[in-house]
Amino acid sequence: MSEILLEIDGRQVEASPDMTVLQAAQKLGIKIPTLCHHEKLEPYGACRLCMVEVESRGSTKLVVSCVYPVENNLVVRTRSEKVDKVRKMILELLLAHAPDSRDLQRYAQEYGADKNRFEKEPSFCIHCGLCVRYCAEVKKKHAIGFIDRGTHREINFIQEIASKECWNCKECFPLCPTEALQAAYVLSGALVSSLPIFK
Amino acid sequence: MPRIESPEELVKVREEILSRRDPNKPCISICAGSGCLASGAGEVIEAFKKEIEAQGLTAEVDTKGTGCPGFCQRGPVVVIYPEEICYLGVKPEDVPEIVSQTIKEKKVVERLLYEDPATGEKATLESEIPFYKYQERINISTNIKLDPQSLEDYLAIGGYSALAKSLFEMTPESVLEEVKKSNLRGRGGAGFPAGIKWEGSRNAPDPVKYVLVNADEGDPGAFMDRALLEGNPHSILEGLAIGAYAIGAHEGYIYVRQEYPLAVKNVSIAIKEAEEYGFLGKNILGSGFDFVVKVHQGAGAFVCGESTALMTALEGRAGEPRPKYIRSNIKGLWEKPTVLNNVETWANVPLIINKGADWFTQLGTEGSKGTKIFSLVGKINNTGLVEVPMGMTLRDIIYKIGGGIPGGKKFKAVQTGGPSGGCLPEELLDLPVGFDELTKAGSMMGSGGMIVLDEDTCMVDVARYFLNFLTDESCGKCVPCREGIRQMLKILTNITQGKGKEGDIELLEELAEVTQVAALCALGKSAPNPVLSTLKYFREEYEAHIKEKRCPAFSCKELIAFYIDPDKCGACTACSRKCPSEAIIGGKNKIHIIDQEKCTKCGTCFEVCPPRFAAVKKISGEPVPPPIPEEARTITRGGKS
Repeated sequence: MSEILLEIDGRQVEASPDMTVLQAAQKLGIKIPTLCHHEKLEPYGACRLCMVEVESRGSTKLVVSCVYPVENNLVVRTRSEKVDKVRKMILELLLAHAPDSRDLQRYAQEYGADKNRFEKEPSFCIHCGLCVRYCAEVKKKHAIGFIDRGTHREINFIQEIASKECWNCKECFPLCPTEALQAAYVLSGALVSSLPIFK
Repeated sequence: MPRIESPEELVKVREEILSRRDPNKPCISICAGSGCLASGAGEVIEAFKKEIEAQGLTAEVDTKGTGCPGFCQRGPVVVIYPEEICYLGVKPEDVPEIVSQTIKEKKVVERLLYEDPATGEKATLESEIPFYKYQERINISTNIKLDPQSLEDYLAIGGYSALAKSLFEMTPESVLEEVKKSNLRGRGGAGFPAGIKWEGSRNAPDPVKYVLVNADEGDPGAFMDRALLEGNPHSILEGLAIGAYAIGAHEGYIYVRQEYPLAVKNVSIAIKEAEEYGFLGKNILGSGFDFVVKVHQGAGAFVCGESTALMTALEGRAGEPRPKYIRSNIKGLWEKPTVLNNVETWANVPLIINKGADWFTQLGTEGSKGTKIFSLVGKINNTGLVEVPMGMTLRDIIYKIGGGIPGGKKFKAVQTGGPSGGCLPEELLDLPVGFDELTKAGSMMGSGGMIVLDEDTCMVDVARYFLNFLTDESCGKCVPCREGIRQMLKILTNITQGKGKEGDIELLEELAEVTQVAALCALGKSAPNPVLSTLKYFREEYEAHIKEKRCPAFSCKELIAFYIDPDKCGACTACSRKCPSEAIIGGKNKIHIIDQEKCTKCGTCFEVCPPRFAAVKKISGEPVPPPIPEEARTITRGGKS
């Protein structure tokens, strides 16, 4: 397949047609902040932190770079007033849930996000889905999943699977951008209550 | 019934059906849609059947339960053919009189006719009732003529002739051209031109393609798709089959919400019958074209009305939207080219094929062709489904068809487009209803919900209501939607509870802006619309709540109080007897006082206070006057008592 030629932050880059804008940017060494992205996993497009501005066929729009496919003559700006505004707000919204996350704090500094802007509702989990998707896509175990929807959405270990699979794995722990607090907490709860001794 | 193997046979079958039917034979059509069934149509149908049998008229009179004609407010609706006499609010005990008078004596039962509330004038025929008179019912008018579970009924009114025409007189390309020429736009929300969507799928290289019906109607107060699917399921199947032929699909799905059991039942029966007759399945009408349809029941998630979430759910996964930088018509269900259209969009297709794009484009406005069915609900005299040509003004829909606002109240706003739509104020009542017009005004067509709000409605509370709906119905996958809605709802709730503060409006606007640009799917992107449109047209209500702690509509409980004007109280004790929280101190010949500590603000005292006194007042934004002293409460009545 022929290479695609596009421009990111004023620099030309060649990309293969199956690449996303995020991958093309990474090729140039341009850093775009991400929370739900992981190279081993299918693009998810949920945290929206990797939004960039693209100019395509005469119109400018904001798109999520981890999903948006590269196209010829695309002009990408990874920073702009609009992009920064979205990123700042997203970080502030998430900091209400996980104010101590180091990833979030680091980004917050870069984008001037105020961690006290919204009332604290510490749930630790920011629903990036890394643990859920890693367990499903890489480990193919489905030991953890999302339950409920909307603002009630939570991650939850499926006890029957977790009690068999998780002790020797725990590969999801380091993936968690909120330092595995929630993962560890929920996991231990799930495992303890499903141990035969407690039944 | 053997399969129909050619268009000629179809004509013969239709002629044969019509030859068995005497157009002058009386037929009693009773609406058996969900609305009328809820108001007792099932018992009415039974009563008619029994009475007809008891009178020995079974051979001379037909009785049938039909689809919904739209006038839900006045159900159960009964129409008697051939005269088309329309009776409203019919009860089982009315049935013997209808049979003896109208069927036997050909006399009209006056008391069951529509009566104009203003003039007292009666309307005998369906077409004379103002609710129907101003409509343009190209889709929904057939409902009352059909038993939805009878394919014969559909064939009798020309059913499946558009499919036969498409398969034998047209090429897939010419079908596509006709639909494109009609400029039929999607009736589900966004108004995307159906023909262009179809063309994308047709031209996509993948040979396996799908057509889908979006019957996951979930907007609060919207039920037009239900009426079509329940009332005339074959028209949807016919449209779908024509679409499949045009794009080259051989498989279709109807994604219908489980909460519509009658729609599921009727469309499932319709599919079975259509297969038996050869309108679906292999080698349709002998044309060589194969097309099968399956019904998929949704599991109760509003977000599954969103195209990509619907397809994900259909694939058997959790119904969450996926980013669609490649459109679904190119890469949709199981990554195959997929055309998803709303129920009403598909229902229009057979009409366009039969009558032509030129006929269709005569109806409507420059940008929005044809008609649109709205479910007119809320503070309106005539609740129901109304089908009007695009371009009719909101005022005509609400006042001419809807009969205006009940109880002498003032119109305040009309909410269109469901949770993704917005509220339009009185100064926009002359806005012609069309896709672009509504969007420009800050609302949207959506699937056609139209909720009328009167002066007693608090606009901040309306925005709060829709955001609250969305906190439960957002899938929760992307941050701007899940968290943006959560924060907007918090702010709105605070404002309605009198806890609003300086800067809230600006923060709402900022959250709304980010949610609009950054959310993953259409649900999230449009979620701020209820907030933005009420801020645009009713900003002063927000400000009154925040700055003066006043609810201008006297609706937000935390911001209002009830107070009895001592100069007006007649000591009738009506309020103190009805008060559910024993908050009213009174007694015979005593001026009544409301104990503000005990009052739950239910408003009962306000409602029961006789108009000749009108002593109970609602207060907001100002302190409640102190109660008059105990000794001043006794009323002396001119020596009478």
